[in-house]
Amino acid sequence: MSTADSILSARGLGKRYRRRWALTDCTLDIPAGHVTGLVGPNGAGKTTLLNLAAGLLAPTTGTIEVCGGRPAAGPEQLAKVGYVAQDTPTYPGLSVRDHLEFGARLNPRWDAALARNRIDRLGLDPSQKAGRLSGGQRAQLALTLGLAKRPELLLLDEPLASLDPLARREFLQSLMEAVAEHGFSVVLSSHLVADLERVCDHLLVLVDSRVRVTGEVEELLASHRLLTGPRRDPASLPTGQRVVSASSTDVQSTLVVRTEGPILDPAWTVGALTLEDVVLAYLSPAEIGRPTLEVAR
Amino acid sequence: MIWLSWRQLRIQAAAAALGVAVAAIVLAVTGPRIAGLTGNIFDQLTQLDRWLYSAGIVVLAVTPVVLGAFLGAPLVAREVEGGTHRLAWTQSVTRGRWLATKLGLALTTAAVTMGVLALAVTWWADPLDAAQSETRGSLPSRITPVAFDMRGIVPVAYGVFAVALGVAVGAVVRRSLAAMAITLAVYVFVTVAVPIWVRPHLIPPVRQTVALGNDTLDGITMHGDGPNPPTTVTVHTANPADWVLSNQTLDPSGRAIDSLPSWFAQCLPPPPPVAAEKAGQGAASRNSLNACLQRLSDEGYRQQVIYQPASRFWSLQWAETGVFAVASGLLAWLTFWWVRRRLT
Repeated sequence: MSTADSILSARGLGKRYRRRWALTDCTLDIPAGHVTGLVGPNGAGKTTLLNLAAGLLAPTTGTIEVCGGRPAAGPEQLAKVGYVAQDTPTYPGLSVRDHLEFGARLNPRWDAALARNRIDRLGLDPSQKAGRLSGGQRAQLALTLGLAKRPELLLLDEPLASLDPLARREFLQSLMEAVAEHGFSVVLSSHLVADLERVCDHLLVLVDSRVRVTGEVEELLASHRLLTGPRRDPASLPTGQRVVSASSTDVQSTLVVRTEGPILDPAWTVGALTLEDVVLAYLSPAEIGRPTLEVAR
Repeated sequence: MIWLSWRQLRIQAAAAALGVAVAAIVLAVTGPRIAGLTGNIFDQLTQLDRWLYSAGIVVLAVTPVVLGAFLGAPLVAREVEGGTHRLAWTQSVTRGRWLATKLGLALTTAAVTMGVLALAVTWWADPLDAAQSETRGSLPSRITPVAFDMRGIVPVAYGVFAVALGVAVGAVVRRSLAAMAITLAVYVFVTVAVPIWVRPHLIPPVRQTVALGNDTLDGITMHGDGPNPPTTVTVHTANPADWVLSNQTLDPSGRAIDSLPSWFAQCLPPPPPVAAEKAGQGAASRNSLNACLQRLSDEGYRQQVIYQPASRFWSLQWAETGVFAVASGLLAWLTFWWVRRRLT
């Protein structure tokens, strides 16, 4: 994948807070035209990466480009990127209507009709102060601001964290509708893979600030297999099969492998994996001898 | 962006406007009577007039720090506390423009508030400031520290400085409450330090050597008993409205001294001359004091006075306004640098 069709690309990106590195040597490309799930355990650097992409942070090392430019380099660049920050901040003293006015005054590409329609459909009272809204309503308001800005790339940092399951579903649904209608790219971070499975067609797993695996969701599901069989050394597998995670009892081995071809060894029972299983396999610490946890391209 | 800044500022601005309006009305109602007084106007001041005179000083002293704490300190800090800076900085407006608009509007509000208040108080007190009198009805001259701060144009500079200080502190510490406390502490320190260490030297003060005599003498104070106790002599300059910075007795060789020759102790009979004079029997002691002062002068003792003449009021006002304007500019520059480079 080349940088040209990347909506977000980072090279050797690192960010240090005083003495702690939140992100080190991160190199990645996120293709345009996808809804990309950014997954990783807490502290993996998801928020730091999104803040760097939104231009709220400046990198300590390396470079990051978003929509072909340096984040927050100027008004035009800012207009291209929408951001719904963690905890979906809004101005508690401003009403819903004021927030739409705020968006309209601060964004040249503001889509007033879209914003109004969404507020109507959500049943939000325009004169209600944002400080009195529920967590879900506030998240919807923040998403409305992000969508009506009409960005090329919308960054969402854990937008589901404060929502109950119903609100979560509504939120994701309205996001998907907007994506279908306007065709922008989305990068959505979460540590809840089950939620992402519904909306993401591209996945990026970040562990310890490094890209553990990235790719299209369909391809990831197709290429990962669960193998169960008599105990054996994972190192003895054919070269086309890379072990992602392995666990063994005295008599039995359970492996998650990535392979392009079919599994021919009749000793294995082959099982399918959900996206969550694949992600968890990459998140679990490997207990195997050879460097199998590669960055898939 | 102006819409947002104004939307966020309008409550504070309305409160400031209301306060200014009340103050202006009170002064406008009471001012004309004072302006119309003739003769020694200090003798004709009512209790209310004196109270208003003090109130004008208090209001102008307190307003800048209130503006700094409530308008300046939360300007950036509250956004960071609430996380709303992440919302504001990811709209299609750069951080620099965001800050410039918010800061500009806050500084303008402070300047207008202080400008109108200072104008009203200066106008109200002008008949008193302009009047010539030995004792000035025990009201301060407008060039002396407390009154100087509340007249002319320096209040505007103080208001702007306090807000610039509050914004800078708020951006650096990121907590509204802490920023308000620090702004208060720093501002109070500055307003105490400037009249003591800065203002006297903005223009080199005048040094004048005055002969000791009854016509120039303000008072003689002996500290303690004994044959040769430490003694402070104070005299006044030709214009009682001058701002006297230092009053020092010099011996015949020109050295500053703490105590007068031992024979001088006999010149001050108990009870002190002023009290005796009031009792109607002090002529004799006054005469003996005159003789003693004459003897001091003959022996070569003189008094050195360092002062800022009352005529320099406006020069000092402009000079101090310049100092505060430069300080405010530096604080604004620091805020911009911090918000664009350091704040996340």
